[in-house]
Amino acid sequence: MGIAETRISQLQDRVVSLSIPASAWNAKNRAAAVDRLQSMGLPAPRDEYWRFTDPKSLNAVEAPTAALFDPKETDIFDTVDRLEIVFVDGVFDAAASDDLSGANMTIERLSDAERQDTHWAAGCYGALEATGQTPVQRPFAALNTAYATDGMLIHVTGKVEKPVNITYRHANEKSDVLLHHVIKLEEGAELTLLENGPAAARLNKSCEVFVADRAAFHHVRTQGRDHERRAVTHIFADLGTESVFKSFTLTANGALTRNECVLRLNGDDATAHVAGASVGDGDFHHDDTVFITHDAVGCESRQVFKKVLRNGATGVFQGKILVKPDAQKTDGYQISQSLLLDDDSQFLAKPELEIYADDVACSHGSTSGALDEEALFYLCSRGVPNDQATDLLTLAFLAEAVEEIESETLSDLIVEKLEGWLERHRQ
Amino acid sequence: MLEIKNLQVSLAEEDKEILKGVDLTVQAGKVHAIMGPNGSGKSTLSYVLSGKDGYEVTGGSASLDGEDLLELEPEERAASGLFLAFQYPVEIPGVGNMTFLRTAVNAQRKARGEDEMSAAEFLKVVRERAKTLKIDSDMLKRPVNVGFSGGEKKRNEILQMAMLEPKMCILDETDSGLDVDAMKLVSEGVNALRDEGRGFLVITHYQRLLDHIKPDVVHIMANGRIVKTGGPELALEVEQNGYADILAEVA
Repeated sequence: MGIAETRISQLQDRVVSLSIPASAWNAKNRAAAVDRLQSMGLPAPRDEYWRFTDPKSLNAVEAPTAALFDPKETDIFDTVDRLEIVFVDGVFDAAASDDLSGANMTIERLSDAERQDTHWAAGCYGALEATGQTPVQRPFAALNTAYATDGMLIHVTGKVEKPVNITYRHANEKSDVLLHHVIKLEEGAELTLLENGPAAARLNKSCEVFVADRAAFHHVRTQGRDHERRAVTHIFADLGTESVFKSFTLTANGALTRNECVLRLNGDDATAHVAGASVGDGDFHHDDTVFITHDAVGCESRQVFKKVLRNGATGVFQGKILVKPDAQKTDGYQISQSLLLDDDSQFLAKPELEIYADDVACSHGSTSGALDEEALFYLCSRGVPNDQATDLLTLAFLAEAVEEIESETLSDLIVEKLEGWLERHRQ
Repeated sequence: MLEIKNLQVSLAEEDKEILKGVDLTVQAGKVHAIMGPNGSGKSTLSYVLSGKDGYEVTGGSASLDGEDLLELEPEERAASGLFLAFQYPVEIPGVGNMTFLRTAVNAQRKARGEDEMSAAEFLKVVRERAKTLKIDSDMLKRPVNVGFSGGEKKRNEILQMAMLEPKMCILDETDSGLDVDAMKLVSEGVNALRDEGRGFLVITHYQRLLDHIKPDVVHIMANGRIVKTGGPELALEVEQNGYADILAEVA
């Protein structure tokens, strides 16, 4: 059987148990995604885009079992004044969630919305995923658009003061979850989205964000500490003139995580920052795959990814900046770094720049290294115990990514989580 | 206070003996200076005493108030009261100077079974001591030594010393890279810390620093040994005649 047939037969097996919810306005979007998916098939290990991350467990018919992990802590954003939405293994938990209402926005479940005759999201659902399929195919995103069972549709018309926080609980060792969010920010609107929790044994989550002119979208997420969980996530965003998009992800633990972020800067002077801090000890494979397209004048983009790896953990970074011919005055920055705390861990990076405009400033760097022994000795010589000094230097290494979070309250919460993780994972 | 007996040290990775039997005793309240030509083993002595990796002690002993230093981890040596002002202070991006100072002070207190210093108390003390060293709040906020000039780095070392209040201070070529004004400032910082309970070992190439930090005893080190010991006049002799005469005399 050739590779094309393998992809298609794998796909047929994968989707046999999935069904497409009926919807008057969304049936067309979902059907189009099925078509895209069938023309692509599922990823194969030899695909260039999957060279560093084996898609096998994501392709598997059944989700591999993931033992539940009870960290015995409150959720990270519990102290934040927010609108909280809770999903348990992908199923909306009305009792645990706040009322779905807030000033300057409408917020509803995809599954509720799909029962309506018409909807504002009709032209949005799957639209960014569809354009995001070129020049690189993203089959899991098409799978998500076609078969997602639920998600949130958020329409923001002004400044939303309280962050919207989606908490994803994991209560079933075999749960296999597909969620799809659509967020549309109108001109000048502002929203902060917080996400936390492991969500499922295997999660496929997609989030499409439309950021209109002068709108601002801030996103901070943590992916849950369940050691055996697997996730493939996509964020797609289109940015208008002078708009702002900032996304930060903390990943601690997880057998497999592939976070893709696909951004297009379509309006002049837009800003897009995407950052991640990930820490893994042992059976941990974390992949950040980012594709940023500059298609307007004077835009700025930053990719800042830092990984701390030990005991055979693997980190992957694939990051691309594509500057279209008319995207003059582009300011693009990309850094991916790993701190390898032993010889068994590895970091695989593929930074790419593709530039067709002549008046741009783009820089990129990628490094792998161990802790600075001189700095460690300096700290110890002042009386700081070795393990505490190691934690300080590790946090310092991660700082550039964490500092991408604008809100100090939120970045403090992230640092606190990182401190806790480092303390529990001392050698 | 600091007692070094017949200390012999080699580089761990190659079979090269650097210290060939150093004997030195520093009493509380005294300032000892060690002078000597390049490669005589002065900096190695400071690193071995503070516990840096890469050296192998092949013989002899070093103790602080009777406690065997060589058995202790670097942080334990610090908590016992040993402090090394580095010749080349290390830059640590991402760690704020203030955070670093407070972590160090409280780690030492904890190790000695003392109460940690509160944030407010710490802030008050650090501001006061920083001021006398002309260290402004910006320098306190910045990452440790990052972007500091040579003089700022050395002042920062002395600030750490002032905050940690060690019993035994080793200054490794603190004068290197300092202009006259900076040297004066750093020396004043050191002199302010002189008291009867504290010993100093000042390592330097030049007599100049010793004009500001007046030593009680001067040692000349050459080829891994202390070859001559005397009073402050020994430093002047070196300044006038170089090391050649002294080395010829002891050879």
